[in-house]
Amino acid sequence: MPDANSLYGPLDPAPDAGWTDARPRMGFFTDTSVCIGCKACEVACKEWNDVPGSGLDLLGMSYDNTGALTANSWRHVAFVEQPAPAGHRTPPFAGYPTAAPASATSAAVVAAGTADDTGTEPGLPTGDPVAAARMAAGPEFLGMPGSQPPGRATGVAERTDFRWLMMSDVCKHCTHAACLDVCPTGSLFRTEFGTVVVQEDICNGCGYCISACPYGVIDQRKGDGRAWKCTLCYDRLGAGNTPACAQACPTESIMYGPLDELRERAAQRVATLHERGVPEAQLYGHDPTDGVGGDGAFFLLLDAPEVYGLPPDPVVTTRDLPQMWKRAGLAALTMAAAAVVAFVGGSS
Amino acid sequence: MSPHRPPVGDRFRRFLGRLDAAGPAGGLSADRPAAPHTPEGDRTPGQPRSAAPGERRRRGGGRRGGGEQLNVPPAEFTSYYGRPVLKPPVWKWDIAAYLFTGGLAAGSSLLAAGGQLTGRPALRRAGRIASLVAVSASAYFLVNDLGRPARFHHMLRVAKLTSPMSVGTWILTVFGPAAGVAAVTEAAPWLPERGVLGLGRRLLPPVGQAAGLLAAATAPALATYTGVLLAGTAVPSWHEAYPELPIIFAGSALASGAGVGLLAAPGDQAGPARRMAVAGAALELWGSHRVEHRLGLLSEPYRTGTPGRLLRAGRVLTAAGVAGALVGRRSRVLSGLSGVALLAASVATRFGIFHGGVASARDPKYTVVPQRERIRRREAERPAVEG
Ligand code: SF4
Ligand code: SF4
Repeated sequence: MPDANSLYGPLDPAPDAGWTDARPRMGFFTDTSVCIGCKACEVACKEWNDVPGSGLDLLGMSYDNTGALTANSWRHVAFVEQPAPAGHRTPPFAGYPTAAPASATSAAVVAAGTADDTGTEPGLPTGDPVAAARMAAGPEFLGMPGSQPPGRATGVAERTDFRWLMMSDVCKHCTHAACLDVCPTGSLFRTEFGTVVVQEDICNGCGYCISACPYGVIDQRKGDGRAWKCTLCYDRLGAGNTPACAQACPTESIMYGPLDELRERAAQRVATLHERGVPEAQLYGHDPTDGVGGDGAFFLLLDAPEVYGLPPDPVVTTRDLPQMWKRAGLAALTMAAAAVVAFVGGSS
Repeated sequence: MSPHRPPVGDRFRRFLGRLDAAGPAGGLSADRPAAPHTPEGDRTPGQPRSAAPGERRRRGGGRRGGGEQLNVPPAEFTSYYGRPVLKPPVWKWDIAAYLFTGGLAAGSSLLAAGGQLTGRPALRRAGRIASLVAVSASAYFLVNDLGRPARFHHMLRVAKLTSPMSVGTWILTVFGPAAGVAAVTEAAPWLPERGVLGLGRRLLPPVGQAAGLLAAATAPALATYTGVLLAGTAVPSWHEAYPELPIIFAGSALASGAGVGLLAAPGDQAGPARRMAVAGAALELWGSHRVEHRLGLLSEPYRTGTPGRLLRAGRVLTAAGVAGALVGRRSRVLSGLSGVALLAASVATRFGIFHGGVASARDPKYTVVPQRERIRRREAERPAVEG
């Protein structure tokens, strides 16, 4: 019997999907406050899962040359270089001499227009330069990518007041996964670990999941035609191993484990950070009462989600599904009635 | 690396070049980077975007009830290099075309069933044939759009109410063969009077009657589920339009079916087609007016750019088609022209709705701003709930 919350609300997804011997729900907690942007996760994922190359060019988006999660990038490390907004956090260079921020609006605007053939569809669409120019507090170009850390070549006096956000993004393995719900072939399925996986021998590339995902994660591989995304290393989980990205992460920014445990750990970490004077630390996707019923892969962020390219309040499309079918039913009845009236309601 | 790739870092060198050209003040006005996908590329960044991009240029943009534009909240928001949050639909134009052909098949089979039950053979014949042609085209478009067309039958592995595409597959599985059989039985009069084929000549018409009625019974579902198909996504302007999309599509299907009737039937049989055209046009116009004005910021994609032009064209063509159908009662030519106008209107409306949604997924504004607004409203309500 499906749960009353099958379409929306808090839920344990694996038993709801029919697993009688469901395992504890597993997931990721990605703590971006310790991420150093080394991209070991991106590489480890590609290696383990045999994901094809995702193009090679410099996008001008700081060190981010991956651009987005695509069918060929199942982990994506986002980089944001910005002047630290005043009053927002402890100034990173308090007490040090700093120069006026270098102009960087143009950098972000150019970065919004770069493209890379990721070998996927829609892959990495270009952005809106106007929106890019408005990245929080105006983005700052630090001369990155470069061969030296920012400020080393120019000397202390030229250093600017900036922050550097890094975040390893991944499929959220939603409690209510829109991709899975709308898949017409049953290719996407819920595993006994509560994760969401595409079966590549079933997917026929209809593309419905791609428009349905509220996070813009799943994507279609060109030539191959099928949809691909993070499997949370289903094969490794089955063998009792840690997913490749979490295994490779040198700072334990990516933590893997039973979701309950991760949520506790995350709450403690946020409390610690707040105590230490990082009031902007916030959890994202941890709340089982949010629009997707909570994410299996959730995050600790240091700014609003949209700064990292995440939707601030995603809602699974199935929340409105009963209403939608009702509306369609009404429209169908109206249509039938109109046809009947057209034939019986006149003389000619 | 594949041999036809430009040298690595090429784009970055150009990027540095542009930065130098922009000068230390970062003034962009002198040297705008090429931004091919953005119509408002001539605006100075940082300057708040107050109105919809197209409305500045097209002074008549708010012709119908211009006051509603005040509902559009100022689009101040943060994003990650302006990149879209969502993945825009990968569906190519095939799906927009299918929206039309699927609706046409549904509308025509209703017309055919009406003709069959009320003794209007011209309507019946035209409706059945149009329905078969349209449903065949639909099947082609749907299969052609798949990433793996040879695996189209994987759709038949499951039946899922949560997947409008799965529901649609099953609707088409019933409708398609029924419409096909109904159309094929129209060939009965060409069979010889005697022999085995003569038997067919007598048996086919009743089979056609049954098949035609089955097709007509499924037709309203076929015409309206596509509204749920589009709304059942994260695409902002489609999802939020879920109350109207099925109505628009039902109206558009009726109008296109009526178009077939007006084209094919002699004046004395075309009365029902004229009334169907009026009903369909009313539903379609009401629905598209609503999506163009009710959704606040998310109505913007339906009013601007290509989708805006398509929807306006659809409206004009619908009005012309209905007017022609009513005025041209006695003229075969005028009726035929109205039929063509109604069909063209349906095409324009479907492509307009389709591309409006795609545009809303391409711009992070339409994802972030309404969601921020939702958070703000929720937070404003919270104390009231607790107190
Ligand atoms: S983030 Fe997107 S692709 Fe991942 S489970 Fe959720 S809906 Fe599916
Ligand atoms: S593209 Fe594949 S995985 Fe996605 S909804 Fe279609 S069949 Fe399912």
